[in-house]
Amino acid sequence: MTSTAAPATPEQAGIWRVVPALVLAIAAGWFATFLPLIAQGEYAEFVVPWIPSLNIELAFRLDALSLTFALLITGIGAICFLYASTYFRSDPRLKRLLSLLTLFAISMLGLVLADDAITLFVFWEGTTITSFLLVGYDHHKKSARDSALQALLVTGLGGLALLAGLILMGQVAGTYRISEWVQMGGIFRDSGLYLGMLTLVLLGCFTKSAQFPFHFWLPGAMAAPTPVSAYLHSATMVKAGVYLIARLSPALGGTEVWTWTLTLVGATTMIVASIWALKQTDLKLMLAYTTVMALGALVMFLGGDYYYATTGAVTFIIVHALYKATLFLSVGMLDKMAGTREVEALGGLRRAMPLTWGIILLAAASMAGFLPFFGFIGKELKYEGALGVASEPLLVASAAVLANALMVAAAGMVALKPFLGAQRSPKPAPSDPPMTMWIGPALLAVMGLTFGLFPDLIGPTLILPMAEVVYGGPVPVEVKLWAGVNTALKLSIATFLLGFVFYWMLSRIRQSLDKEVPRVADAAEGYEILLQGMKDLAAWTARTIQPGKMTSYLRYTFLLMGVLVWGAILIGTGGIDLELGDVPIFHSAIVAIIAVSTFAIVVTGSRLVAITALGGVGAGLAVIFVLYSAIDVALTQLLVEILVVVFIAVALLKLPRAGTGRLRIGDASISVMLGLGVTFGLMAVMSTPLDRTIPDYFEAVSYSEAFGRNIVNVILVDFRALDTLGEIAVVVIAAVAAVAALRGGGQEVEK
Amino acid sequence: MNSLIYTTATRIIVPVTLVLAVIVLLRGHNDPGGGFIGGLLAALAVAILEKARGVDAARAWLRVEPLTIAGAGLVAAIAAGLWGALEHGMFLTGVWPFYGPNAAGVNEGVPAGSILLFDLGVFLVVVGGVSGILFTLEEAGVPAEQPDDEEDS
Amino acid sequence: MEPILAGLTGLLVAAGVYLMLSGNLVRYLFGLVMLSNAANLLIFVAGGLTRSAPPLIEAGQKVPAEGVANALPQALILTAIVIGFGLFCFALALAYRAFYAMGTAKMDDMRLAEPLEDTAK
Repeated sequence: MTSTAAPATPEQAGIWRVVPALVLAIAAGWFATFLPLIAQGEYAEFVVPWIPSLNIELAFRLDALSLTFALLITGIGAICFLYASTYFRSDPRLKRLLSLLTLFAISMLGLVLADDAITLFVFWEGTTITSFLLVGYDHHKKSARDSALQALLVTGLGGLALLAGLILMGQVAGTYRISEWVQMGGIFRDSGLYLGMLTLVLLGCFTKSAQFPFHFWLPGAMAAPTPVSAYLHSATMVKAGVYLIARLSPALGGTEVWTWTLTLVGATTMIVASIWALKQTDLKLMLAYTTVMALGALVMFLGGDYYYATTGAVTFIIVHALYKATLFLSVGMLDKMAGTREVEALGGLRRAMPLTWGIILLAAASMAGFLPFFGFIGKELKYEGALGVASEPLLVASAAVLANALMVAAAGMVALKPFLGAQRSPKPAPSDPPMTMWIGPALLAVMGLTFGLFPDLIGPTLILPMAEVVYGGPVPVEVKLWAGVNTALKLSIATFLLGFVFYWMLSRIRQSLDKEVPRVADAAEGYEILLQGMKDLAAWTARTIQPGKMTSYLRYTFLLMGVLVWGAILIGTGGIDLELGDVPIFHSAIVAIIAVSTFAIVVTGSRLVAITALGGVGAGLAVIFVLYSAIDVALTQLLVEILVVVFIAVALLKLPRAGTGRLRIGDASISVMLGLGVTFGLMAVMSTPLDRTIPDYFEAVSYSEAFGRNIVNVILVDFRALDTLGEIAVVVIAAVAAVAALRGGGQEVEK
Repeated sequence: MNSLIYTTATRIIVPVTLVLAVIVLLRGHNDPGGGFIGGLLAALAVAILEKARGVDAARAWLRVEPLTIAGAGLVAAIAAGLWGALEHGMFLTGVWPFYGPNAAGVNEGVPAGSILLFDLGVFLVVVGGVSGILFTLEEAGVPAEQPDDEEDS
Repeated sequence: MEPILAGLTGLLVAAGVYLMLSGNLVRYLFGLVMLSNAANLLIFVAGGLTRSAPPLIEAGQKVPAEGVANALPQALILTAIVIGFGLFCFALALAYRAFYAMGTAKMDDMRLAEPLEDTAK
């Protein structure tokens, strides 16, 4: 590989750098073999069961819409990968970049090929995560980290909404197969949940495809390296939302809400973004805003329930991917070879970088929609569609014309400003980049011209089948370059004139924009406020419920327990139906002893009294166990009680006095509430008949099968021996831990 | 605890308690008792001994580190489980090599087997665990200046 | 008798909780013992009360006499008592350790894991 640039560090040798690009190119070729099949309106399918119990399958389906995206992903991917391997030739992190890009490409392919909604969602999130990592590629820069996080939060939140929406649709439809959904549009539209699922799904699509007011993350994402921006943030990922809208439009579309939402959101996005595009002086940022604008246009046209609008939209998907990826990559070349992307710092590069200029000219011509470029066809179809939209043709058409005129001006800025006039650039000797960088963009740019001259190459084979998939019916449209002198052509001419005016007055417009459009439409501001608010809320919550005081934690825990117990008592159906029964004097006396001892422990300040009373409680309980036929339990209780007293006696000599303190009303209320809750809860439990299935079984087989007469012991060592094994393991662990805690040296902990 | 009477009494009390503990362990399957109760009784015996003659004497008397006893108990219980697994294919299934019902359905023979081994494991865990903590607690030093932390709130 | 024992259970719970909330390590330990006693009594009472009929099979019989006490909760409580004792020992050791490491028995002054933020800098 010859190098005209002079990298500071030695080049990384090795063929591995082009392997991912090669693999993607082969994949693109493989997908291309499906073209004849798709042209006939057929599809290919591949299904494996994934989570059968939830009716979720790994279902993939290749139809015209998927194939178009698959070709874009693999084709443009191969070009971007090749470009990146040269662009980052001296970057030691190239391997990481290529791995991430490959992961992204796989996610994106999965997304467009998935036929199962849950599978689609998994890949959708995959693109979100890889995009996060790629935007934050320069993670040593704070701005890159912030942008990455912003992109992740916005699209991630949208992803959650999308998941909810898809599940709603799945519940209504009874299946998660998208190919079945698109045939049951009526079921969705008549469902009472229609508005809910529409809102949720569109929220996911709008955030992903950077629609107003969620558009702000996309310009921020330009912190990513240029090949990444070209690939993710112009050609593929940001179109995922558009893809899903297109995919689901036969299922969810055709209603007033659908049309109006998409039209208004799309139009607003389009206009806002084109104005912001003109404000930019950084060429890459400007391209980012024109991308937002293009996405707005796509959404708007997908909303129009008219086959011309649909055809316009799907054509524009291809048109836009071809020219926008080219322009991004070319701006990257300018940046690399001339030293900046600031349009004001560049000029007269036509001699130094003739190839770059040629490529940019071709792409910009398609962007502006000049005859005979592919962009012209796309634009004519859009205008035709806009005029035919039943609901609001004037709004759609004028928005389209205005946005396209601004696009013409933007195209002029990219294609002309850096190359005309006197030569200036930060780098002293700018030149064209090496072949591996320009070959890809050149290929894309030439395709933009070829498809314009020979629309039959792509029209009947790909565009029309795709339009039919999206429209959900036959599309009687012809994709051709010259459709005669019609209204659309007149609109085109008006667009050009308006565009030239804009270009001419660009610096003046920019000045007035700086003054007149201060912060309007800057949703990023809202995002910042929201984010800060959430952080503050989290901090406040943490401060309040996590004061670092152990008694507070205990208090919350017991309070919650009390609330839960009382909730169960009050909500529970069974009432308390319990008779006092006979109360032998001896039994009552034992209860009284326990109660008095308990009271003494709480009240006393003397350690000795407390220990004695504790023993009294334990012994009293043991007597109760004896009285009610639990000999083993009573023995255990008694022995443990003796040992507890011994232990406390040993330890208390080494611990401070307990003290009593005054009555703590709040704590007393919590205690009484929980205590009463336990009492009433227990009485409610005892009011229901006891299920004796298990004890009956144990009684029946204790002797015959387990050879034991003491049923309690048989349960412990035979029937439920596994539980006992776990319990003695706990005892061993507690002993080891206690010994470790006590022996762990006597040193003071550092304060 | 330097009472001569107490120290002398332990000479009788401790062995008696220990024998009692073993008896309780052995009869546990048919009458009140078993590994837990026997273990606690034995631990009580150790505690009495320790209180009378001090930690060092108690440790010397035991010969084995208490936590080792506890660990051995756990191993015994698991071994009993594996025995059942080998014999009947199920972990912790009871194995009675010398015991079983006769023609009349009355059990006879020597009631020793994996169940007894398991209960012995429980017994050892309880003795070892309790005495281990007790000894260490007793040995834990008291710092020179003991902070007086009388509570008043 | 059942309502009385239910009341006793509630009393033990209330006392245990009140002691645990006191903020003093020693009283906390007392509370822990009370609470585990209460839990055992709760399970015992909920499993049904039977007087003078322990779950044993008489010699010569193959099944217990009609109406013996429910063995299941007894088995549960028996282990629960021992486990509760193990937990208590561990808590005691921790309390001892914490007291000497931090020089206080006031639980709210033990802020090693979550130190007070320096508000008065």
